[in-house]
Amino acid sequence: MPLIKIRDLHFYRGDKAIFEGVNIDIHRGKITAIMGPSGTGKTTLLRLIGGQLRPDKGTIEVDGQDVHKLSHSELYELRKRMGMLFQSGALLTDINVFENVAFPIREHTQLPESMIRNLVLMKLQAVGLRCARDMMPSELSGGMARRVALARAMTLDPMMIMYDEPFTGQDPISMGTLVNLIHKMNEAMRLTSIIVSHDVVETAEIADFIYLLSGGKVIEKGSSVQLKKSSSQWVQQFMQGLPDGPVPFHYPGVSFSDDLLSPEEIV
Amino acid sequence: MIETIRSLGRWGLNTFERLGRAHIFLFQVLTGIPGLAFRGSLVVQQLFYVGVLSFALILVSGLFVGMVLGLQGYNTLVDFGAEESLGVLVSLSLVRELGPVVAALLFAGRAGSALTAEIGLMKSTEQLSGMEMMAVDPIRRVISPRFLAGFISMPLLAAIFSAVGIFGGFLVGHGLLGVDDGAFWSQMQVKTDWYGDVLNGVIKSVVFGFVVTWIALFEGYDAIPTSEGVGRATTRTVVHSAFAILGLDFVLTALMFGD
Ligand SMILES: Nc1ncnc2c1ncn2[C@@H]1O[C@H](COP(=O)(O)OP(=O)(O)OP(=O)(O)O)[C@@H](O)[C@H]1O
Ligand SMILES: [Mg+2]
Repeated sequence: MPLIKIRDLHFYRGDKAIFEGVNIDIHRGKITAIMGPSGTGKTTLLRLIGGQLRPDKGTIEVDGQDVHKLSHSELYELRKRMGMLFQSGALLTDINVFENVAFPIREHTQLPESMIRNLVLMKLQAVGLRCARDMMPSELSGGMARRVALARAMTLDPMMIMYDEPFTGQDPISMGTLVNLIHKMNEAMRLTSIIVSHDVVETAEIADFIYLLSGGKVIEKGSSVQLKKSSSQWVQQFMQGLPDGPVPFHYPGVSFSDDLLSPEEIV
Repeated sequence: MIETIRSLGRWGLNTFERLGRAHIFLFQVLTGIPGLAFRGSLVVQQLFYVGVLSFALILVSGLFVGMVLGLQGYNTLVDFGAEESLGVLVSLSLVRELGPVVAALLFAGRAGSALTAEIGLMKSTEQLSGMEMMAVDPIRRVISPRFLAGFISMPLLAAIFSAVGIFGGFLVGHGLLGVDDGAFWSQMQVKTDWYGDVLNGVIKSVVFGFVVTWIALFEGYDAIPTSEGVGRATTRTVVHSAFAILGLDFVLTALMFGD
């Protein structure tokens, strides 16, 4: 049985459909990548899985529980077993790096200080920021902040981690290290990982399964080998990052020439 | 015409919806308060930010308001040869009205706006969402301690405001204008009623503390998560708090001293 089972998911922002009938299975112990053009709703999907947004139709089951039918306390119990790396990092700005990583431990356990220290330093070591532990979040670069957030997402040893764009803002070396780290963690800790990313090459390298989303639907799914062989032009263009092809770069709306020729908007 | 009515209707709906959200929010905040019994340090920390850091403002303002009361009161009373009653005038004005009201207005400007901006920024930088995903309820962890701290601080600040104000009135009355100090204090003690005046003033400041902190936290929590949204929310906190304080003051005064 898959860890996460999404069935017939519909979600709207006002009149705009973000998802229209999406089905996704995320299998235990595997790395699943969710890819798609900017603005298709990948972050929205993660928030739906985490129970922060409510679908208009359809169900999301995590570990056999329907996320949106849980009571407040059951949802919070479930979230203890989910880690999430926010696109922005979402670090608490009034405490330093060490305390940020220690935050979930302090909130949910009664561990002695010495053990907390060891745990935190271990996680910070893994992301290469052990010696940055006394810095405040405002003093970190974007890439560093995201690595701290990654360390924080791992602290409670969850059953799954959702990574929202973990690789953006990383130099080639830390990118390689992070790709490795996510891959190794998944094996060593028997984690289930969901990666949302635009870095097709790096993600395809470690992902066991890939979903391509666009226009509110799953366009294609399969292993990276299958996707690379896909006959769909759309998939080929996206995986190779070609500028021309069926994937729209522009947010949908009237055509540019129509816009230029419609002076009635000018007041 | 139709458009005006429509927008009026929309405004009405939005207002009532917001009011509804504010009450649900208050309910959630209040249910988080018992749990704070085990998290005393969170409240103490907020007492410092909300209460102690407003202390200097309250102290200075209280002193000056009291001194002005002393001057103005003396000028009026002296015409009737009643300058001995200056102590009563100063203490009753402060304890019944100016203490709770002015302290609450200052509190809204100093602590309320800071609370709104802080919560609003935490929301716009996804810190609150981040906590939710770490299975930490942001209302219980962040909002409830601040609410309790505001609720506790306000009456204390109002009491300090009144006390310092009375002292300021005494400084001017006795030190500058030569009112007899024995008469000043004894008349004050005789004419200021413990239940009728002091307690009613305290009740007012408790109500103001509750309302101002509620408004400030809700505006922050409900703010549109952009810099403009947070800025507007902060302004709204000060404006709405001022309306609420002055309006409630009238109602409470009518109820307490009306008959
Ligand atoms: N709070 C909001 N209110 C209204 N619309 C929103 C809101 N948040 C997101 N959207 C819309 O939902 C759509 C999906 O947003 P989302 O952030 O999930 O995209 P994404 O796939 O994560 O994009 P990116 O790769 O750029 O991060 C976007 O078109 C956006 O306009
Ligand atoms: Mg996103």
